[in-house]
Amino acid sequence: MKQRYSLTVNGAQVDVEAEPETSLLTVLRNDLDLKGARFGCGSGLCGACFVQVDGAVVPSCDTPMWSVDHKSVVTVEGLAGDDRLHPVQQALLDEQAGQCGYCLAGVLVSAAALLDTNPRPDEQAVVEALDRHLCRCGVQGRIVRAVVRAGQEPT
Amino acid sequence: MSLASTPPDIPTLPKSLAANPILSRWVNVHTDGVVDVRVGKVELGQGILTALAQLAADELDVDLAQVRMLPANTASGPDEGLTSGSMSVADSGPAVRLVAANVRALFVGEAARRWQVDAARVTVVAGRIASPQTPDTTSYAELAESVDLAVAADADVPVRTLEQQRVTGTSAPRLDLPDKVAGRARFIHDLRLPGQLFGRVLRPPSPGARLVAVEVSRVADLGVQVVRDGSFLGVIGADEAQSTRAVEILRGSTTWDERDTLPDEDDLDTYLRAGPHEPIPVVEDDPGTQQHDRGLRATYSRPFIAHASMAPSCGIAWWQGDGQLAVWSHSQGIHGLRNAIAQVLDLEPESVTVEHAEGAGCYGHNGADDAAFDAVMLARTVPGRPVQVQWSRADELSWSPFGSAMTADVNATVDEQGRLTSWTYDVWSQGHTARPGYAGNPGLLAATHLEAPWTYSAPTDPPAARGGGTTRNAVPIYGIPHRRITGHRLTETSIRSSALRALGAHMNVFAIESFMDELAQLVGQDPLAFRLAHLDDERGRRVLQAAATAAGWGQDTPDGVGRGIGFARYKERGAYCAVVAEVEAEHDIRVRRLTIAVDVGRVVNPDGVRNQIEGGATQATSWTVKERVRFDRRRVTSDDWERYPVLLFSEAPRIDVEIVPNPGLPSVGAGEAAQGPTTAAIANAVADAIGVRVRHLPLTADAVVTAIESEQL
Repeated sequence: MKQRYSLTVNGAQVDVEAEPETSLLTVLRNDLDLKGARFGCGSGLCGACFVQVDGAVVPSCDTPMWSVDHKSVVTVEGLAGDDRLHPVQQALLDEQAGQCGYCLAGVLVSAAALLDTNPRPDEQAVVEALDRHLCRCGVQGRIVRAVVRAGQEPT
Repeated sequence: MSLASTPPDIPTLPKSLAANPILSRWVNVHTDGVVDVRVGKVELGQGILTALAQLAADELDVDLAQVRMLPANTASGPDEGLTSGSMSVADSGPAVRLVAANVRALFVGEAARRWQVDAARVTVVAGRIASPQTPDTTSYAELAESVDLAVAADADVPVRTLEQQRVTGTSAPRLDLPDKVAGRARFIHDLRLPGQLFGRVLRPPSPGARLVAVEVSRVADLGVQVVRDGSFLGVIGADEAQSTRAVEILRGSTTWDERDTLPDEDDLDTYLRAGPHEPIPVVEDDPGTQQHDRGLRATYSRPFIAHASMAPSCGIAWWQGDGQLAVWSHSQGIHGLRNAIAQVLDLEPESVTVEHAEGAGCYGHNGADDAAFDAVMLARTVPGRPVQVQWSRADELSWSPFGSAMTADVNATVDEQGRLTSWTYDVWSQGHTARPGYAGNPGLLAATHLEAPWTYSAPTDPPAARGGGTTRNAVPIYGIPHRRITGHRLTETSIRSSALRALGAHMNVFAIESFMDELAQLVGQDPLAFRLAHLDDERGRRVLQAAATAAGWGQDTPDGVGRGIGFARYKERGAYCAVVAEVEAEHDIRVRRLTIAVDVGRVVNPDGVRNQIEGGATQATSWTVKERVRFDRRRVTSDDWERYPVLLFSEAPRIDVEIVPNPGLPSVGAGEAAQGPTTAAIANAVADAIGVRVRHLPLTADAVVTAIESEQL
């Protein structure tokens, strides 16, 4: 039976109807037309679908709707300001840190969360924060460089 | 060779263009000034569309931003065959340049006609067309409706010289990356067509399984439609979550007849050598007699390797009312896919249109074509409604074709001066291509599960002219007087294998370059010096020396750290790549650093080349130290990221890439050049670190222990 859920997504209040066990990822992509979080594995092992729920980075593919009622969700689409990218998005562009880009939305969510708590992370801190993410194209080095750079940009 | 048959003073069209000579198939100019370019090559995450846009911008004299790259399409775009083999810049580049130069010439001609001025003095700067003979100026936008591009390309139109190119040769940023960092809909998975339904397929539990019975009533209240054709079973519904749920319920409601069909994963050597084989003679020199020379022999192997793409395969199909079938796919070969779909369903190929839509990074023939055909089969039951099929992670890791396991014997002799005198090489493998249409077979997964099933032929190999498969890079680049090099392709196979980045070159370069180190040790020479002593190719020497110098070759390494080198020229005619690896081998093998030099001839986009080499080397590191497809005699068992682990951020090596410039020579691809040299360099570094040679991939802690134990026997 579908239930009604009320949550905040990227700062906006939304109401959706979904089965309690339906994943947050499915609702984001199909009901809210936010395609940034990607399906990779369905079990939280690759990071492609990561979003923030009340500030914590979680796999949205493995997060049932019943658990996010009245919570605040931030996806990659919520990182940028009105007219400028989040510094870590800009840093990824500056470093050309991407190939296929399928992993990047989840990576960005984790990196932004890291920068919130550790504004000037070193390489080791970035690697630890991203170690739950897989990148098959082999762009890890560039991504790490970009996140470190984002912490060093003047704000 | 081409010069012998084609005098250089008679221009001919590049291969891709000769097959598709009409300009409007490649380029359309709009009244807002946007220039659409539609090539036959597809974006796989490698950045090819950015590189081709750079070439087009230079020939048109427009800014890069004015060029819009459209997705490949079987109906409206050129057929350039497959996007594979690191051939896109080499194949498509010359075609795009000449097409764009022709378009520019037609616009210049139209401006000259209007102004009644000399066309030779008309200039184009940033899309603005002018002449010193008139104060007027015009533009591509203003002339768009007056210039007919439905004409054949003229091979005589000159293209830009190296000195005239402004955008080509620069590290122009990737055109697709802004969408990807913003999280915009970009992938085939993000497409939502009007009235689109969500399909899911319940794959058999094992390759030899046949569906006996299914209790469809168990999903009756989920609002989905069940589709069955033989052992092909799927569902369609309007709600994606319900479709996924229905498949999971059906999984517990089916009865399958399963059989053991797979080889022993711990004895692939016996499986690969048992045959029957097709022999592939590559080099058959007179073996000579070297009975007084010292000899060495060794056997190397690699397991089956998965594509392990980040996204599960996805396809969309839409049976339209007028007998037309529209398909969207992240296939590497949309024309081959179209023909294979038509073959299975007995349709006219012209009634099927396939358009490319981006998937996640693609490293060869993965499940893309299969997912498209899944969608075709499901959508056939709901005419007029598009159906999107997305695979599960488990299906992606167990049903996409694998890169074949391989095993090789090398046997060589050296004389008293330490020079190679003979070399015998035998490599056993399944074939490296089973793409749609191979060997006359559609090669589509679901087609083998139908009530009237197609059976797979054994995978075959690309022809030698395209680099071969089993024997790709089986010929050492080094000077050796007597050589016998033979491939042995299995003609009866029990695991589905097809093209994976570099095909057999990964294994062959690993074996050759490992063995070069073993021989260097035998004759007491430094591995780099031993290679250089046998290498006449000047470009190769420069690349080897560049990597060695950058890596500090010859300097001491700390205890527990080893250094090794690996080198090859991809396909013996493509990019040169040398890799120096630095590894720690204390408990696990840890690749700390890769220092790479590469020569790809004329570089279209230096950062693009670096990105491809870095990515290839990182992926090869993952293959080398971690990856192995697992199975029992019945089922593939490595079907999630825990059972098929790939390299983590914390395991990725630091990589430095030096491009050895050679701007006067033709561009060759960079996508596959690093695979073999990286694996060889890591293996050689492991041997340097621990003093024991590990000849069987992956180089895990267990493999090291096994190698140490076998040396102690």
